[in-house]
Amino acid sequence: MSVLVYTENWDGEFKKLSFELISFAVKLAEEMQTEVVALSVGKTKDEELKKLSQYGVKRILKVENEEVDQFDPQIYAKVLSEVAAREQASLVVMADNNTGKALAPRLSVRMKAALASGVSSMPDSLSPFVIKTRAFSGNAFAVTELPTEVKIVTIAQNSFDLEEKPSEAVIEDAGVDISGMKPKTVVKEVEKQTDQLLLTDAEIVVSGGRGMRSAENWAPIEELASLMNGATACSRPVSDEGWRPHEEHTGQTGKVISPNVYFAIGISGATQHLAGVSGSKYIIAINNDKEAPIFDAAQYGIVGDASKILPKLVDALKKAKSA
Amino acid sequence: MNILVCISHVPDTTTKIKFSENNTRLDTAGIQWVINPWDELSLTRALELKEKSGSGVQKVSIAHVGPASTEPTIRKALAIGADDAYRVDTEARDAYQVAANLAEVVKSGSFDMILCGIESSDYNGSSVGGMLAEFLDYVSVSGISHLDVENGEVHTTRELDGGCEKLIVPAPFVGIVQKGIAKEPRIAAMRGIMMARKKPIQLVDAADKEPLTVIKEFEPPKPRPACKFVDPENPEELIELLQNEAKVI
Repeated sequence: MSVLVYTENWDGEFKKLSFELISFAVKLAEEMQTEVVALSVGKTKDEELKKLSQYGVKRILKVENEEVDQFDPQIYAKVLSEVAAREQASLVVMADNNTGKALAPRLSVRMKAALASGVSSMPDSLSPFVIKTRAFSGNAFAVTELPTEVKIVTIAQNSFDLEEKPSEAVIEDAGVDISGMKPKTVVKEVEKQTDQLLLTDAEIVVSGGRGMRSAENWAPIEELASLMNGATACSRPVSDEGWRPHEEHTGQTGKVISPNVYFAIGISGATQHLAGVSGSKYIIAINNDKEAPIFDAAQYGIVGDASKILPKLVDALKKAKSA
Repeated sequence: MNILVCISHVPDTTTKIKFSENNTRLDTAGIQWVINPWDELSLTRALELKEKSGSGVQKVSIAHVGPASTEPTIRKALAIGADDAYRVDTEARDAYQVAANLAEVVKSGSFDMILCGIESSDYNGSSVGGMLAEFLDYVSVSGISHLDVENGEVHTTRELDGGCEKLIVPAPFVGIVQKGIAKEPRIAAMRGIMMARKKPIQLVDAADKEPLTVIKEFEPPKPRPACKFVDPENPEELIELLQNEAKVI
């Protein structure tokens, strides 16, 4: 028995999400009285792999065959199922991000393993294995039983705290047999956002809506975000108008995020918008309409004109920072 | 080239979600049912490709898993412009069972491109497309934000966490699509609604597959505490609260 964690790396480097996965798995494995095995697919340096052991994992398997240089869900699912079977994993953990969404369902069918996706809390019970999944776009949780022998759980980013547990880890080659497997798709071009904080990774997000009135008024939103090392976002009408790029659109059909703090500025809070941000720990709303539904979701609010309030907030934040 | 668009039947996104029978079932009273928003975008893009000269797309079909009561949703898709539809006559119970049934539809016809929305707005599992591809042993491309066919070659853009990849994809394949695939969902015109009545909906026998998961009950999200309002003349107080009360900045 073991808990297998698929620890994604980005060009050979891990990020906070990878450690969240380990922390979640280590905590769960303790309750299940079993061990955690981390799986890293793609080229990574051993010193980078050792960072995973800071969070309590003692065994790390790596797959660095050239067949996995390109992300191919079919090949990756085969790697995962082989390793999971060999390690007698009763639970496979991965992230509910683009990679997890591409991989987990394939693995589920391959291993006939029940899948719970977008999980943001520990299981309600281990035997039977019952866990809450996101349902109705944030309007409910589905309390779901996974009755199969092997189970797969994908976790929502920024939902589990990191828990440092420095330990010594053994690093081994996973030794999977995938020679001759070739990705069937051809990659023509890759574009990467390298130096920018990703919206999905950000712990603080400052988001603007139609109430900002025009693209020219975004400077204080950007300033507020950068003062707090946060990322900027927007509501759907704003990206539809072209005031902000589509990658910033948060909401039901855009990105679903769960930062620690979400500033909704000039956003009324339609259900479709809340569907994308209701997992935020704190929502702070600034809106001139005190009846706006965003205030029902917010813990802190200011009723007033954002163009007057934002500069004052920026000043106050600068003062607080220098204090 | 034939395209199969898989559609899910979901409550309208503005519907107030309620549960019945001790929170074990969705209370369907008063629910307005719609095509899942991402599936509607897939259908729109599929029709655009069919209309594009030289694309080689000949037919756009719909696949759906659900009992006869869900047929109005299929008719809606036909009214928007799909040529025909397949319905697997069984209750949709979980992503695994739905994907297994969709695989039966794919096997019963001849499709080169199968499109699924990245998630459905009811159970948000983001799983059916990937599961379908694995049942069929087809290539799957997830997170597609752009899709085109040029001289019979399929070009897609796949969103990554922090970037994107432009891919050429061999048919047959399962494309799992997200925002960006089409600008606005297409709306049925009166002529389309009239024509949809005569378009065929073929019934497909259900696969012999049981679901893998069991929903025990539904829980409402934790209620949030009432909003604490800060004086707009004194927004500095907000920073003070976030620092010292919430301790988040």
